[in-house]
Amino acid sequence: MSLGYYIKSFTLWEFVKAHWLTLKYFFKPKATINYPYEKNPISPRFRGEHVLRRYPNGEERCIACKLCEAICPAQAITIEAQPREDGSRRTTRYDIDMTKCIYCGFCQEACPVDAVVEGPNFEFATETREELIYDKAKLLENGDKWERAIAANLAADAPYR
Amino acid sequence: MTAFFQNLGLPYDGAWLLSTVIGILLIALPLMLAVAMIIYADRKIWAAMALRRGPNVVGPFGLLQSFADGAKVFLQETIIPSAANRTLFIIAPIITFTIALMAWAVIPFQVGVVLANINVGLLYILAVSSLGVYGIVLAGWASNSKYPFYSAIRASAQMISYEVSIGFILITVVLWAGSFNLSTIVESQKGYYGFLNGHGFNPLLFPMAIMFLISAMAETARAPFDLTEAESELVAGYQTEYSSMSFALYWLGEYANVLLMCALNAILFWGGYLPPFDWAPLYYVPGILWLFAKILFFFFVFSWVKATVPRYRYDQLMRLGWKIFLPTSLLFVFLVSGFLMLTRYGG
Repeated sequence: MSLGYYIKSFTLWEFVKAHWLTLKYFFKPKATINYPYEKNPISPRFRGEHVLRRYPNGEERCIACKLCEAICPAQAITIEAQPREDGSRRTTRYDIDMTKCIYCGFCQEACPVDAVVEGPNFEFATETREELIYDKAKLLENGDKWERAIAANLAADAPYR
Repeated sequence: MTAFFQNLGLPYDGAWLLSTVIGILLIALPLMLAVAMIIYADRKIWAAMALRRGPNVVGPFGLLQSFADGAKVFLQETIIPSAANRTLFIIAPIITFTIALMAWAVIPFQVGVVLANINVGLLYILAVSSLGVYGIVLAGWASNSKYPFYSAIRASAQMISYEVSIGFILITVVLWAGSFNLSTIVESQKGYYGFLNGHGFNPLLFPMAIMFLISAMAETARAPFDLTEAESELVAGYQTEYSSMSFALYWLGEYANVLLMCALNAILFWGGYLPPFDWAPLYYVPGILWLFAKILFFFFVFSWVKATVPRYRYDQLMRLGWKIFLPTSLLFVFLVSGFLMLTRYGG
């Protein structure tokens, strides 16, 4: 309870200092980005919406080994398989329930042929739950749509895996 | 204006009524517009100090945000809880809103431009702002719900404690100006040291100006003193049970009160409609612009404080009001009256 204490408390010194600080922040550039128009950069390892990829010749990569289905901790993946007319083993059904998925990325790590990959897209909100239960056609369509970005991301990340 | 309508052939009473109603509309409607914009400004300033962007989607720079919110609220259903006291529940926000507008009647906007140039303008403002607590207390009681009730109790205790020190602070100004009339108080601030306008430049009244600013924040339950709507403890305080237009009325009333307190700060201590410097060319700018500039400055200070200071605890609030502000303002009443005894009114 020195004199300095009383001078500080009656001149509201702490308040003046605090207000000077906030005034400096008032003129600083904003930390928030202007979201729909600006987006933060994302890592090549970003785990977003799933896709099923194809080879450049159009053949689908997935060989129905079911490793992703086995490893999926949320049991979000359902696969049924059958030999195709040409004898190759393919899926007849490949569903991912996106409402169950926890985006852990185990499926893409388990995949021996880089068929199922979590792409960079995170803006796939829907109006109904049903739309979030992805079937094979939807996943392949996603793969066609995001192939370039995913290929670039996989190439960028490959040296570290 | 009364004379103008009399010249049109109206009897005196009719002309007076018509001109008063027009005067009221000229104050109330721009005030509502100002409140809408000031809510937007408040959010923007608060956001900027937190390095956020604030509303920026509705209209250019988000300027129409308040109107969008107003339209949304207007279209909602007014829910009256079944256990509430219907009449009081509906009347309470109307009281708050009306009283927030009432005080503006005596605010001088320019030389001679005041709706009611009454001699006890300051007393009128004190009386009206004391009535303001009724809207909140009635809301808290009529809601028949515990959080609004706690909030109402807090609000009444808080407003009463700070009105005491506000009263003493106003007495120092009244002593110096020698009048309760707000226009006279403004005129009395001319020419401090020959070039400054405003009681705030008087070393004896400057501490009162700061204390009045802080008490005004407490009186309007703004940021560091917003214990009445402390969301972590009381949900939304006395407004918890309110929805739709009744909620909007509280919102409008609260900000109209804040603007009123900013205007009072400007008028009592910083020269009101006078320019800050007593220099002839500055008087060519209309006085109303000076007043608005000062009101906006004080509103910026209000938002600034809101963005900076954390909320007081209730016992700290009471301690500040009764154990610091009351003795200090009382001391300054003695100092000011003593100084005036020795100088102006002769030893």
